[in-house]
Amino acid sequence: MHEMSLAESVLQIIEDTARAQKFAHVRTVVLEIGALSTVEAEAMLFCFDAVTRGSIAEGAQLQIVEIPGTGWCMECGKNVTLSERYGLCPECGDARVEITGGNELRVKDLEVE
Amino acid sequence: MCTTCGCGSHDVLIGGKAATKRAARTPTQGAVAYRPRAATLEPAPVHSPDPATTRRIQVERDLLAKNDLLAASNRALFNARHMLALNLVSSPGSGKTTLLVRTIAALKGKIAVAVIEGDQQTENDAERIRATGVQAIQINTGKGCHLDAGMVGQALEKLSLPEKSLLFIENVGNLVCPAAFDLGEACKVVVLSVTEGEDKPLKYPDMFRAATLMLLNKCDLLPYLSFDVSLAIANAKRVNPDIAIIPLSANSGAGMDEWLEWIARNAQ
Repeated sequence: MHEMSLAESVLQIIEDTARAQKFAHVRTVVLEIGALSTVEAEAMLFCFDAVTRGSIAEGAQLQIVEIPGTGWCMECGKNVTLSERYGLCPECGDARVEITGGNELRVKDLEVE
Repeated sequence: MCTTCGCGSHDVLIGGKAATKRAARTPTQGAVAYRPRAATLEPAPVHSPDPATTRRIQVERDLLAKNDLLAASNRALFNARHMLALNLVSSPGSGKTTLLVRTIAALKGKIAVAVIEGDQQTENDAERIRATGVQAIQINTGKGCHLDAGMVGQALEKLSLPEKSLLFIENVGNLVCPAAFDLGEACKVVVLSVTEGEDKPLKYPDMFRAATLMLLNKCDLLPYLSFDVSLAIANAKRVNPDIAIIPLSANSGAGMDEWLEWIARNAQ
């Protein structure tokens, strides 16, 4: 989807943090992406490279930590693992699984100098 | 530019005027070329930063936090004025604008309506809406593939929105990207036309999952197509068991009453 505008959001968060924490260059950016968040890690890497040119994050390594999708099945009352947003409950086959994890889209931390 | 959809936030026009720039920074010089780098998916590669010159900073900030903040501000404005704001999403050519024109004609004299139109280029849709006599403002997203809450917030400043009015936000025709961006709307209404295919909800589940209501449009064409209505409904329900579905035709007017009743119920 819209990885370009999300990559711009990453850069904006980095620039805000740089102003507050006074650093001049970023070496590593750790980004948490949930398995159900509809973001493609490969597209994110591509877009991050493109938007960080000429910025304090130019050349920084983007580390993507994938958070697995998890849900709560209301039918069988169990915590289950989900690979798709609309995935059926792997235990009972019921569609009504409430997503409890895997929606993350978050800058976790930065290694800066 | 985005590999999947060509999205970026440059060249946004709201009512034909340049939108306020959201991030001031030095533009990248020269052509942007893809520079492949080693895959950096977990587990993170081991490297030894020099502790004397580098430090680690906890950030823990959501990428969509800024959009969500602006969406909350739009939503507060809608609530303060007791307005109903609907975000209309679909693929291009599903008949959103025709549906809006027909809906506005039916609501004339009953409720005040305003429309925000989102397209990459042209004022065509806003002009079609203005021809019905209601206010419409066009957002041209340039390279962007979706509306965001900031663009809608700027467009709202250019509209006069009376108490208890109805605002339609016609998003950029795209079944992917607009799903993730809250604009402050009461809900998303997805339009699927019967010329598209029954499996659209399975192919683009995020959008059908994000929507509260699905309008199955162009039903007057069913006699000429092999479209299976019950299969399309079953697919939408599989992705989103709670989605409401109204089959209609903006062209013939069939099913429009049910849609208008849905609006009246939600506008209260």
